[in-house]
Amino acid sequence: MAKDDNGGADNTAADSSSVARVEQSTGTSVVTRSAVGNPGFPPHRSRVTDLDPKADRNAERTVYTLFYLSIAGSIFAIAAYMAFPIVPEDMGSVRLNNLFIGVGLTLALFGLGIGAVHWAKALMYAHEGIDERHPVRGTDVVRARAVEIFQQANEESGFGRRTLIRNSLFGALIAFPLPAVVLFRGLGPQDQDPVALLKTTLWEKGTRLTMDPTGVPIKASDVTLGSSFHVIPEGLIDLGHESKLAEKAKSAVLLMRLKPEDLIETAERASWSYDGIVAYSKICTHVGCPVALYEQQTHHLLCPCHQSQFDVTNQCEVIFGPAKRALPQLPIAVDAEGYLIAQSDFTEPVGPSFWERS
Amino acid sequence: MTSVSTREPTEVKKSGGFTASAANYIDERTSVSGAVKELGRKIFPDHWSFLLGEVALFSFVIILLSGSFLTFFFDASMAEVHYDGSYAPLKGIAMSAAMQSTMDISFDIRGGLLMRQVHHWAALLFVAAIGLHMLRVFFTGAFRKPREINWVIGFVLFILAMAEGFTGYSLPDDLLSGNGLRIIDGLIKGIPVIGTWFSFLLFGGEFPGTAIVGRLYSLHILLLPAIIVALIAMHLLFVVVHKHTQYPSAGHTNKNVVGYPILPVYAAKAGGFFFIVFGVVMLIASFVTINPIWNYGPYDPSPVSAGTQPDWYIGFADGAMRLVPPGWEFVWLNHTYSMNILVVLGVVGLFIVTVMIYPFIEAWITGDKREHHVLDRPRNAPTRTAIGAAGVTFYASLWAAASSDIMATHFHLTMEGVIHTLQATTILGPFLAFYITKRVCLALMKKDREIVLHGYESGRIVRLPGGEYVEVHQQVDDFERWKLVSYNDQKPLMLRPNANGKITVPEQVRAGLSRWFFEDRIAPVDQVELDQAHGAHHTEIEGSADKPAQISDK
Repeated sequence: MAKDDNGGADNTAADSSSVARVEQSTGTSVVTRSAVGNPGFPPHRSRVTDLDPKADRNAERTVYTLFYLSIAGSIFAIAAYMAFPIVPEDMGSVRLNNLFIGVGLTLALFGLGIGAVHWAKALMYAHEGIDERHPVRGTDVVRARAVEIFQQANEESGFGRRTLIRNSLFGALIAFPLPAVVLFRGLGPQDQDPVALLKTTLWEKGTRLTMDPTGVPIKASDVTLGSSFHVIPEGLIDLGHESKLAEKAKSAVLLMRLKPEDLIETAERASWSYDGIVAYSKICTHVGCPVALYEQQTHHLLCPCHQSQFDVTNQCEVIFGPAKRALPQLPIAVDAEGYLIAQSDFTEPVGPSFWERS
Repeated sequence: MTSVSTREPTEVKKSGGFTASAANYIDERTSVSGAVKELGRKIFPDHWSFLLGEVALFSFVIILLSGSFLTFFFDASMAEVHYDGSYAPLKGIAMSAAMQSTMDISFDIRGGLLMRQVHHWAALLFVAAIGLHMLRVFFTGAFRKPREINWVIGFVLFILAMAEGFTGYSLPDDLLSGNGLRIIDGLIKGIPVIGTWFSFLLFGGEFPGTAIVGRLYSLHILLLPAIIVALIAMHLLFVVVHKHTQYPSAGHTNKNVVGYPILPVYAAKAGGFFFIVFGVVMLIASFVTINPIWNYGPYDPSPVSAGTQPDWYIGFADGAMRLVPPGWEFVWLNHTYSMNILVVLGVVGLFIVTVMIYPFIEAWITGDKREHHVLDRPRNAPTRTAIGAAGVTFYASLWAAASSDIMATHFHLTMEGVIHTLQATTILGPFLAFYITKRVCLALMKKDREIVLHGYESGRIVRLPGGEYVEVHQQVDDFERWKLVSYNDQKPLMLRPNANGKITVPEQVRAGLSRWFFEDRIAPVDQVELDQAHGAHHTEIEGSADKPAQISDK
């Protein structure tokens, strides 16, 4: 056996001469005196490389061949970097560049790794070693000394005696990080009311419904039976980058035309559709994914994130999935030129629920 | 050191060479020889399952290497640009600088796509390896004293690894990652009282704003990696302090550790294994595309594609959200309570907190204050193994739910059918898994007892003089037997009044739990039983490993 910190003594499992341990509770464990004894280590089994010099030489050859292969792989990767440049707009060149550099590096890594492991397993000294374990806790002497040091420090500083100093120190240490917490208030906007922002969108009376992403206004006559349009409010595409996405995240709308007799509408919403054309918020009332999948036959809308389903014929009430609320409806009408316009903003906040929503 | 130089003793005598003077120079300035003395011949036990933690460590190194490369090219800005790179289909499209620089890494920098894919694949492997490593530690009881704190450190690393994954996934600002952030935004908004404000703090205003990528970048490349590196250092330090656990085996005791020394065998094996892991990741990255953001396009709140999937390790959380039945939201006192979100956060949170504190629960139940360095074979801790199986089943059900839509379309099932089935397996599956696993463990323990007492079936059929046919049972050898009899046996706690003559409620709970844990108990074979079994055989045919079968007749 290879030895290390055992001073050369052969340690076997049956050896019970180790240092006396602190008696510790065995709890619900059953300790029996008649347990079967540990038989000690099984006899060592030699490897084929230990017994056969030819196998040993073969293994050595394998190891250095793998290391040479690794060098070849590295050189191949460098060569591939030069030999397979990326040609603009040629996706095939990207693929070749990726593939050949990668294959070269793979060879370099596998050669190194398999070579080293094979070296260890086939050629290195093969006897297992034993380390003795000691209890993780410090020895009684060391622990006593540690306690003594703390007591000494306590006496010399008066930490326990001068309670006013100690308590005020604790207070100061608790108070000092608080300004850092306050500083993080700057992460949020200073002059905005989140609740007000979440309750309004870009839609207002007379805003034309335009196509996403072109911004072309939509005429009622363009919306044929069974068709659906992804809609954004007029003027959205002219906004600056920052507000554009934020506004779009609230005002995206799905426009569909059904047979008017298929629509079940409450009396107050009877005037919100136009000749079977209805507009609903596209933002899921669960956690805000776009409800983009419209099943024309069943008139169901499906959210691809968590599979909430909404029934367009029944004012987009939830028929399945984790969402609770119906998709908000945008009241629409037609202007003098035949374009679809909003009658007003949504009458309730769109998108996911939030604390101050109602 | 005593045995290093046995093969070539002449090497040691030489001095004054470059290596010797360099070593001397360094030691006189760092005292490094002490570290070599302490660690150089430290013993590490060998077992394939001990490699899982190494895979995790090595994939983290790969992530650091490839990630450092990526930082030189990535631009963590959400400023609007119009794409003008090599990928024709997106030319002129408005996107953020983050997305454009990711496109450039993929299509305009040689080897850039390779490094991106290495980074992403290694990240998936990192989380997977940590998860499997945790399962190994759990099922073998390696979390017992003195390793409870190291379990918690490892658990925190698992959470941080998922956080690293999610923040990294969000950086390219593509359609898919933007939808992921949108879901996070929706989750946060569902939190009572602080949700709305917290969302505005995180995104710097209304979702999506122009701040989030830069902020996630700080977390992803600075704060989280720094914490992970520190925790890994602590984790490994404790491995050194505790010395590695070992499987039960002849010669292995609670007071020794048997294996190969760091220098040279373990260093060569582990070092080589690093390159093998790296090689596997490189091979996958060379051939298999991951996260093709060019197919998704830049983030836009309106479009989304069907069949969206998060990276695998977020799946269980995403799946949990899908399993919530309709209608779990209400308004009370003018405020909205999004139970469809809060219940998910609560259940998932409870699950992972249970994982974290499990070692302390088990330690409390057993009351065993001894150190445990020899691992349990999973069968020998039936209730723990069954709890683990139940946890795995629960996690797997949630995880499968994240692909509910893909399962439905792939196998032509209804969406509702898939969800209802997974709702059932999430709730009933763990109970079933617990029961089956516990029974299987107990059956295996019975089988072990049988083998120890009566040997194993050798497959040799012998005809007795009377014409009867019997199969020869062969005794296991002493070394093999030790594995089958050396486990830690537990029995339920006996309730006794304390010093005040009272039986406290916590003790009652503890006794109840210990009954649940250890009621079904199969004690290991002891020497008395063994002697009886081997001394007094009835008309049984026995053979031992080295002797042919003997016919013993009372």
